Amino acid sequence: MNKLNEIKKSFLASLWFMFLTFPIMVIRVNTVQKEIEWRWQNMFFVGISVFFLSFAWRFLFRQMASGRKTIEAGGLDKISLMQQIMNEPKMYYPILFAFTLFAATFPFIFNIYQVNIMTTALMYVVLGLGLNIVVGLAGLLDLGYVAFYLVGAYSYALLNYHFGLSFWLALPIGAFIGALFGILLGFPVLRMRGDYLAIVTLGFGEIIRIIMENWNEFSFGPSGIANIPRPGFFGIEFSLQGSIIFMYFFMICLTLFTIFIVNRLRNSRIGRAWVALREDEVACQAMGIDRTKTKLTAFALGATWAGMVGVIFAAKTTFINPASFTVWESITILCIVVLGGMGSIIGVIFGAFILILLPEYLRAFSEYRMVTFGAVLVIMMVFRPQGIVPDIRHRFKHQGSMVLGGKTKK
Amino acid sequence: MKTILKVKNLIMNFGGLRALDHLDIQVREEEIVALIGPNGAGKTTFFNCITGIFPPTGGEIILFPPKKKSKRANRLKPNKITEIGLARTFQNIRLFQNMTVLENVMIGRHCRMSSGIVGAIFRGKATVKEEEQVVEDSFKILKKIGLSEYVNEIAMNLPYGAQRRLEIARAMATEPFLLLLDEPAAGMNIQETKDLNELILRIRDEEKISILLIEHDMRVVMSLSDHIVVMDYGKKIAEGTTEEIKNNPVVIKAYLGEDIDA
Repeated sequence: MNKLNEIKKSFLASLWFMFLTFPIMVIRVNTVQKEIEWRWQNMFFVGISVFFLSFAWRFLFRQMASGRKTIEAGGLDKISLMQQIMNEPKMYYPILFAFTLFAATFPFIFNIYQVNIMTTALMYVVLGLGLNIVVGLAGLLDLGYVAFYLVGAYSYALLNYHFGLSFWLALPIGAFIGALFGILLGFPVLRMRGDYLAIVTLGFGEIIRIIMENWNEFSFGPSGIANIPRPGFFGIEFSLQGSIIFMYFFMICLTLFTIFIVNRLRNSRIGRAWVALREDEVACQAMGIDRTKTKLTAFALGATWAGMVGVIFAAKTTFINPASFTVWESITILCIVVLGGMGSIIGVIFGAFILILLPEYLRAFSEYRMVTFGAVLVIMMVFRPQGIVPDIRHRFKHQGSMVLGGKTKK
Repeated sequence: MKTILKVKNLIMNFGGLRALDHLDIQVREEEIVALIGPNGAGKTTFFNCITGIFPPTGGEIILFPPKKKSKRANRLKPNKITEIGLARTFQNIRLFQNMTVLENVMIGRHCRMSSGIVGAIFRGKATVKEEEQVVEDSFKILKKIGLSEYVNEIAMNLPYGAQRRLEIARAMATEPFLLLLDEPAAGMNIQETKDLNELILRIRDEEKISILLIEHDMRVVMSLSDHIVVMDYGKKIAEGTTEEIKNNPVVIKAYLGEDIDA
């Protein structure tokens, strides 16, 4: 009886999916021959695969439910693989060593194209970590994060165009201007939360982009700014290839720097205040936390990283125009944070690599990229809403020894 | 005894509704004052006004922190009021649910700490020392409140009674001279209520913290309070010791309605 029911459910699911995917999988308009192709065999494939996949889907669902029950009943601490690795130096160090070796030799093993992709992925890691401060820790849903990225990129491009400022000078300036814009956005939205905040920040991001598109005298409009110099290193000018490899190593350093800073911020007085703000705004104020200050620092520190990566983006591509900073970018960065695990640093790194590298390596299936992307997000949100590597709160031990960031201090 | 909280003519309007109507309340040093009244009398509104969550429409709120100058607290931000030394709990528990118990208490220490962004990044000697001190202090507070077994639990996984006590622990961490408890015994069983009674008395006697509490459980109110204030429709209708209040006809009328024969 039960099995019959299962089969019925799966059959209905496959019927429904055949109906849903009918327009994209079956009909194809051949514009050359001006005729419509009917690919009925695709419908058949969809039906069969959904029929079987729906069994797997329900199986996973039941497993998840039973998993929850054991946790509730036994109260046993589920220790993730990540945590196990972090706690065990015997496993932790070899893995760290392997990573370092891989990162150091990467540009000499793979070709320039791969190095370029990896640099882009690292840029998104830093962007994700920056947004993680705002969204993951402070709980402020920011859909206009790309605005700070744009501000950073344009500050380098324009300062270089008008005053010939070098990359190394522009980097801190870009970060600073990014932070400034973060505070600028922070002020009007101090009283907002959740959906309202998301809409306002979305508007802010679009406004900045549209201004850049239309203010020709200032930003050269949609035609953008070209010939932005790549960074040199203490007077050394690189060839194109050398410059790409240099960028890669620079991004590695910046990523490590970001991880270091964000980790320290997270485990500090101010980091705790951010999380408290995320958890309960009223209680947080009643506990003596200044809401204004805490929100503004979150916005400013988040935007700093976007500003910095903006400068790097401008230097890397040597050409920028407003089209690179659409709302889609904001959403990608937000997806990195949500998919990776809100508030979790390792999670965001994983998220960035998955979301940036996978589409690059799956170019063969580029037609289905968006469908896969959507499906992955839906499946993640159903089965693991807390992200790939969820944020783990620190455990403290009494009597002087204190656990900070996974390392025991004596 | 010295007065530590003085509220004069406090008015709070929500549009056309007058939630607090010329309220006068005083709390003296080392005193437990209970604020009682039927539902909707404006008790929680009163708490929200003096803790700065709502700016009052009119009147005066004056705080007298020990060893410091008195301070007018109208229209101060909630965090400033906590800094002066007023801490509160909430009627519907408002813990930082996804943080550990210890972290919840550490948040309470926030306003007594000073390290900023620079300190957090460089983690100098002063910051490290401060952090260690905070962990130590928070452990002590949890021990005092009797929550040391839950230190590293996530707050939302705590049993209900422990959650209520954690709210008190968190408020204690801000080093208040006056603690505002909004229905601390709500939803507790008899044993938990008894433990809570003891805890509140201990806080008053050992920590020398005055307590202003809203409570519907009359056993708690009668066994704890030195002084009772009764509110109805935003007005203070009676005030006095437990005996005086028990026999006050106005209070009985407010709670039970008018006697037909009278």
